[in-house]
Amino acid sequence: MIRSHVLICGGTGCTSSGSAKLQTILEQELAARGLTEEIKIVKTGCFGLCEHGPVMIVYPDGTFYSRVQPEDIAEIVEEHLLKGRVVTRLAYTDTGDGEAKTDELPSLSDTAFYRSQQRIALRNCGVINPEVIDEYIAMDGYKALGKVLTEMTPAEVIDVITKSGLRGRGGAGFPTGRKWAFAAATPGEIKYVCCNADEGDPGAFMDRSVLEGDPHAVIEAMTIAGYAIGAHQGYVYVRAEYPIAIERLRIAIAQAKEYGLLGKNIFGSGFDFDLDLRFGAGAFVCGEETALMTSIEGQRGEPRPRPPFPAVKGLFGKPTVLNNVETYANIPLIINNGVEWFNSIGTETSKGTKVFALVGKVNNTGLVEVPMGTPLRTIIEEIGGGIPNGKKFKAAQTGGPSGGCIPAHLIDTPIDYENLLAIGSMMGSGGLIVMDEDTCMVDIAKFFLEFTVDESCGKCTACRIGTKRLLQILDKITSGNGTMEDLDTLEELAAHIKTTALCGLGQTAPNPILSTLRYFKDEYIAHIVDKRCPAGVCKALLSYVIDAEKCKGCTACARKCPVNAISGSVKNPHVIDTAKCIKCGACVETCRFDAIYKK
Amino acid sequence: MKTLAELAEIREKMKGKVAMRQNDGNETRIIVGMGTCGIAAGARPVLAALVEEVSKEKLEETVTVTQTGCIGICQYEPVVEVIEPGKEKVTYVKMTAEKAQRVVAEHIKGGKVVTAFTIGANVAK
Repeated sequence: MIRSHVLICGGTGCTSSGSAKLQTILEQELAARGLTEEIKIVKTGCFGLCEHGPVMIVYPDGTFYSRVQPEDIAEIVEEHLLKGRVVTRLAYTDTGDGEAKTDELPSLSDTAFYRSQQRIALRNCGVINPEVIDEYIAMDGYKALGKVLTEMTPAEVIDVITKSGLRGRGGAGFPTGRKWAFAAATPGEIKYVCCNADEGDPGAFMDRSVLEGDPHAVIEAMTIAGYAIGAHQGYVYVRAEYPIAIERLRIAIAQAKEYGLLGKNIFGSGFDFDLDLRFGAGAFVCGEETALMTSIEGQRGEPRPRPPFPAVKGLFGKPTVLNNVETYANIPLIINNGVEWFNSIGTETSKGTKVFALVGKVNNTGLVEVPMGTPLRTIIEEIGGGIPNGKKFKAAQTGGPSGGCIPAHLIDTPIDYENLLAIGSMMGSGGLIVMDEDTCMVDIAKFFLEFTVDESCGKCTACRIGTKRLLQILDKITSGNGTMEDLDTLEELAAHIKTTALCGLGQTAPNPILSTLRYFKDEYIAHIVDKRCPAGVCKALLSYVIDAEKCKGCTACARKCPVNAISGSVKNPHVIDTAKCIKCGACVETCRFDAIYKK
Repeated sequence: MKTLAELAEIREKMKGKVAMRQNDGNETRIIVGMGTCGIAAGARPVLAALVEEVSKEKLEETVTVTQTGCIGICQYEPVVEVIEPGKEKVTYVKMTAEKAQRVVAEHIKGGKVVTAFTIGANVAK
């Protein structure tokens, strides 16, 4: 008789911090104490709090253990699982791990990290074992599909999705119901349903976590989409770099087929639907819908002009619906809980929730899902636990290389599609990169431009050459050779690229430059006029100096310097030869007297 | 191929098995003292009986069975506490598997405290 469940995160984050090993040791410990029949180990998807991984939850108590090490397992089994005493030093609290003093631990949903979250797309992540279809079914899985196939017409399904106000979670925010309606209205014997799981933004991992933690939700939703538009074949286009997601999808598809939830005559309704996987080789442009479909067709992943839109002429020239993983993850709940329920969450124009991959200079790196309209401040300060090392928040980048930055003075902006566009950023797929005062905004713009230059497929001139030129100008500025005219050129060129590039990649590539120019023009000017990088990042513009007052002449820095640029005799102040210095910063780390600073 | 009825059957069967993971603080909690004293006095079969009865009666979604350490009345172990939302805690003492079955049937399901097993009825005056 099972009396307790121990959930161990099997997402990519915790797997890399060693959760698989914990599971093995836990199995051995339970066997050694004869508890195998009483305690069940469940490997789940991502809990979201990746920063504190590997994480483990013990139910029914709901105790959340963080940063569990192999040597902790014996204690957890002996104390908690056998004797019912929480191992407080490992229990997660808001103040960090190991700080719990009493037995009255906050329940998981009361911690600052989870309190403001509302998990819809992530509802089953960290709750069920994604490799067991019955657990998904227990969470009302495939109930929506049953309802759709036996009680609703395709038009009714589309009507529900349209009225729900669900918009594409891949970034652009196109209304999902309208997309489905277009594909349904296009005549054709053969149609397709595709899922965009080619998550490419630097730092984003929402889609991976949904696929790893709840693959059946995507399968169920794609089948519903197939019924709605009249398609019988679906493809999930997933990055080959996501081995765990692929494995779990494979298992889930096999189980769904075994149960007859994929295949012929589902639920005896006469509706057939099948699903296959296609792997992306890591080209960012393949996240663009037309390039993605070209890649599924077996061609080189390059975009093509729209119109015709995929809903009219998509995969293999047939009408196609293509949605993002997170969009699909919302569908079954909308069908089950109804339009009004979904409408009650979010803002006027943006309904529901959004998942963000919270990364960068923030304490709780991880995956968070909040209602649309949640202010950025709540996400960063409350859920994210603020900025590490007492640094000041400077800006947050949403939308990755296609988006823009949100500066500190706009931190109270409620996040939804319209507000982000209005302040020069975009929702994007959900990467949220937090930057502190040590981040140079010109350097950040350059980083994203380097990314788009690398990832530009080269098909259209505007993107292939335009982004390269933008990057060259940024290089010029960060190396101290920029002129004020360069800023005008940047803006002019950016405007041309935005209007003439073939696909979303090029059209949005100038955004990081435009938004940093909008909010941090003074930093660009400091680089150009003062030949100075205010954040002390751009190497060409800074030099390391030893403060003769503070230097004790201990020679530690001189011995550490890899290029012998520091000279001086024992017990006398040392000097850095700026001509030799490669600005590696090794001396600063070595100095025990804080005598070396950047200028 | 599964029919809708078969799907519903799996769902019902599985719901109880995952219910303990959706603990929202509003359920009835049955807490078994599992300190060394409790275990020595026979708390394990009591715990097992409680878990089994709760599952048999399909109460998993509203009732959680959990453990705690020694609460200091070792001579009355095995001790079982029942905390229902909004009600005063009931403490049962010197429990056995059979008594546990009655507590689930009469108290948890029937809503009537089994007074004979409570600490009040067993402490020497």
